[in-house]
Amino acid sequence: MTTVWSGGALAEAIEAFAPGSVESSAGSDVWLKPESISTVCEGLKIRSEFKFDLLSSLTAVDYIDHFEVVYHLTSLPMNASAVLKSRVGHGRTEASIASVVPIWRGADYQEREVWDLMGIRFDGHPNHKRIMLWEGYPGHPLRKDYVTYDQSIASTAPGAADSLKGAE
Amino acid sequence: MAIKTQPVTVNLGPQHPSTHGVFRMRVMFDGEEIVDVEPVFGYLHRGSEKLAEERTYTQIVTLTDRMDYVSSMLNNQAYILAVEKLAGIEPSPRGVWLRMIASELQRIASHLVATGFLLQDLGALGTPLIYAMRERENILDLFEMLCGARITNSYLRPGGVFMDAPAEFWPALDRGLGDILNTVDELETYLSGNEIVFSRTKGTAVLPKELLINASITGPMLRASGVDWDLRHRAPYDYYDRVSFDRILHTASDNYARYWVRVQETRESVKIIRQCIEQIEPGDVRPSFDEVPRLIRPPVGDAYAAIEGSKGELGFYLVSDGSIAPYRMHVRASSLINLTLLRDMLIGGQFGDLFVTFGSVDLNMGEVDR
Repeated sequence: MTTVWSGGALAEAIEAFAPGSVESSAGSDVWLKPESISTVCEGLKIRSEFKFDLLSSLTAVDYIDHFEVVYHLTSLPMNASAVLKSRVGHGRTEASIASVVPIWRGADYQEREVWDLMGIRFDGHPNHKRIMLWEGYPGHPLRKDYVTYDQSIASTAPGAADSLKGAE
Repeated sequence: MAIKTQPVTVNLGPQHPSTHGVFRMRVMFDGEEIVDVEPVFGYLHRGSEKLAEERTYTQIVTLTDRMDYVSSMLNNQAYILAVEKLAGIEPSPRGVWLRMIASELQRIASHLVATGFLLQDLGALGTPLIYAMRERENILDLFEMLCGARITNSYLRPGGVFMDAPAEFWPALDRGLGDILNTVDELETYLSGNEIVFSRTKGTAVLPKELLINASITGPMLRASGVDWDLRHRAPYDYYDRVSFDRILHTASDNYARYWVRVQETRESVKIIRQCIEQIEPGDVRPSFDEVPRLIRPPVGDAYAAIEGSKGELGFYLVSDGSIAPYRMHVRASSLINLTLLRDMLIGGQFGDLFVTFGSVDLNMGEVDR
């Protein structure tokens, strides 16, 4: 059975080799400072107590006042898993974080997908382009403030403003 | 005297029968040799993750069917496990056994499709594909008995499945399992020792296992390189800790190894289903609507659940804000991530191997683009 690192234990272990990189921890999650993501991931991959050699999943969530990049790591030799998170783009400013492609190539398409749909820039990505949508597509659809096609029609129809108010 | 050639760029797809859907590649050839590949995605992008944000947790089951449409049951299972983890739902035992049977049948169907189409791409026109599809047809008939649908099943619900199997399902399943083994034996007699299959697939597109792990590649592709990693064994979900099966490994990590692992895994799935049939007991197939209502409001938080899908690790990441719809849903699509090494596999290879290598990845465009 896979061992799941608790947030507290992982935060302590990360602080031991990369002091000052952890923001907070709770449950099974550790929140890292965005500027330290490369150092921490490199350490988690190489150091013998972690050996996180496989990046399971990389995604992002829009929490309106900030974005959260979520990393799910797996260690094949230790049969362990861990969750890293990092808050970027506070106040909906330009959101960016260092790319982990130099550490795990598996992040390649996943980071492009996050950039395409969520609009978070990954500094140092070797091929930083949209993946699902075409270049020049307006906006990033998974953002909470993105207006979908049917919503845009509803908002321009006569009397739409009142009906939308009613819906809220 | 060597003939001088000039590199030429060819556009393959998206409308091409060998691209398994709507996949497009820009390939640069120097004579017969591939010098550069650029995959282009997105022709089947439907924004499932965005759609999920406006649907209730039960309604989303229908969206997951349409992702990897040759393994709907497995998609259902991964999604339902994530919902159960998020909402803390305890599933009914009979429902869990039924969904294990369904998802193992689906794994067989998916592996048969992968094998049939790989051989079709090899030039074995018709016969192997028809053999594989004939057997898949029987599995789809079994699904029809279970839930009335063949492809887009939506059979699973949080806490189990939506209806019990009818009485005539069990003898049909028993017959079906025997037929599957016969078909796999038959396919193997013709193909696994076939000289043409050997010469076309052995030693092509070899990938070192360190590179596979680094590129997050999972499933049969990883096991074909000798890495013993199967989530059913390493992180057992549902009742996989109560069944025993062999992990199929190969060390060559070439196109033949990937084909071989898939064929052998169908036999292991049959083994698992037999054990499920032995252990299943009468009871409810899902908790009552008082315990698990149709409108679930999971507590605020997030959950990630992953299963061993037919193509690799299939994970769902759900974030709840306490309402009836998820705040965010993300699918860890193994089909997309398994394509990370496509360039490494193809560059330096021959034009004739292109679609064989591509077929050995076993991808589904519905899952790649979502």
